[in-house]
Amino acid sequence: MSNAPRLTPHPSPATALSEGASRRSPLLATHRALGATMTDFAGWDMPLRYGSERDEHNAVRTKAGLFDLSHMGEITVTGAQAADLLDHALVGNIGTVGVGRARYTMVCQEDGGILDDLIVYRLQDQEYMVVANASNAQTVLDALTERAAGFDAEVRDDRDAYALIAVQGPESPGILKSLTDADLDGLKYYAGLPGTVAGVPALIARTGYTGEDGFELFVAPEHAVELWQALTKAGEGAGLVPCGLSCRDTLRLEAGMPLYGHELTTSLTPFDAGLGRVVKFEKTSNGGAFVGRAALEAAAERAATNPPRKLVGLIAEGRRVPRAGMPVVADGKVIGEITSGAPSPTLGKPIAMAYVDAAHAEPGTQGVGVDIRGTHEPYEVVALPFYKRQK
Amino acid sequence: MSNPQQLRYTKEHEWLSVAEDGVATVGITEFAANALGDVVYAQLPEVGDTVTAGESCGELESTKSVSDLYAPVTGEVVAANQDVVDDPSLVNSAPFEGGWLFKVRVTGEPDDLLSADEYTEFSGS
Repeated sequence: MSNAPRLTPHPSPATALSEGASRRSPLLATHRALGATMTDFAGWDMPLRYGSERDEHNAVRTKAGLFDLSHMGEITVTGAQAADLLDHALVGNIGTVGVGRARYTMVCQEDGGILDDLIVYRLQDQEYMVVANASNAQTVLDALTERAAGFDAEVRDDRDAYALIAVQGPESPGILKSLTDADLDGLKYYAGLPGTVAGVPALIARTGYTGEDGFELFVAPEHAVELWQALTKAGEGAGLVPCGLSCRDTLRLEAGMPLYGHELTTSLTPFDAGLGRVVKFEKTSNGGAFVGRAALEAAAERAATNPPRKLVGLIAEGRRVPRAGMPVVADGKVIGEITSGAPSPTLGKPIAMAYVDAAHAEPGTQGVGVDIRGTHEPYEVVALPFYKRQK
Repeated sequence: MSNPQQLRYTKEHEWLSVAEDGVATVGITEFAANALGDVVYAQLPEVGDTVTAGESCGELESTKSVSDLYAPVTGEVVAANQDVVDDPSLVNSAPFEGGWLFKVRVTGEPDDLLSADEYTEFSGS
């Protein structure tokens, strides 16, 4: 024992976490101090709501909301063939994304099934940041690592390198402008640039998951609390409130945005989900080859000629709320299934997304209902999204 | 938050207050309302319905979930709170007052109702 070191260095909280263990946002104590109701989300202890989720939702629609999204999974891809690797591994045409721009895309299995939906930011000519859903981050990391074989590119797990704070809502540009010299007016939707916010180095991205204008700020975890507090103070007069994951879900649902595990799964292709536009068969890198290509070509053909089911919006005529998994019915038969449902604060009615048989998918189709615990509640079939902001 | 001393409680997080005429007013506790989040829909028993202690007699729907409403006592429903049906957020803003749910003429009462102190300890609220 005499040779044993007297002091064993403590592993950092990040490295101490084994896969599956609860992960902690650097803002956890801040949320607790704000009285947040916490929830487990993909192994993360995250705020569900601070007060009324409806008030938080409405603040984002009319003023501004502040979100901790540190559970999102960042993966950095670098190297001379970083673009070629991503063109091979993902369904999008990533090589055509300009430096400082971002792209919504997906990573699919060889059979075309969706492994995750992603945002890819091109930070430099040979550096990309891939942002995956928390629940899929390990899967995406594994897929990219495996698919990187033979490419001159490095895939790096940067989940613990970033905290992510979002400011969303019509007042968000004004709030952020008061804290940064970065050219926000020149920052377009789906663009990102490195800058300084409240003295903290940040990747400033004009992206979000709310249907509103807004920003996502990727910062080192040790700067998260400082940035959160600066944003809170800067937003005081503008009606900024802290917002939990509950209102994030109703905001994205109103905006018709899919959520992995609900509208997107490994048993669906992007074409089945009505998102075939993210698949770029025309890409020329790697000779046009990419993982899932053959299956996705078949899926595109099927979706165009003989779609099994289509993703639609449903608006309740009554007040009972549809939930994921409930059957959609017509003429006493099951014709589909709810994937997401919630009371919509903006519409004042329950809304849902559902996959329904193509014969019942046209907006205005009569006689469609949802089986809510044995009662068939009438629903109107509508095109997505439910809500689109006025620009 | 504090649970009013004059009320009695169930482990399903309902409260009740029995008046001298044998009619009990029933609601859910502030602890339950906070746990549910914003209540958006209340399906209450109707006047004339017979409810049975411990059995489901309605539902409360919030943004994230739906919860059964259990009858804390047995009896005939003599009133349902139309204000809550029209504006379910009353359950969140005034769970022990304007957010009451229904009134029942009590014919049977279980022997495991809790006092305010017992409920406070049970719910940790």
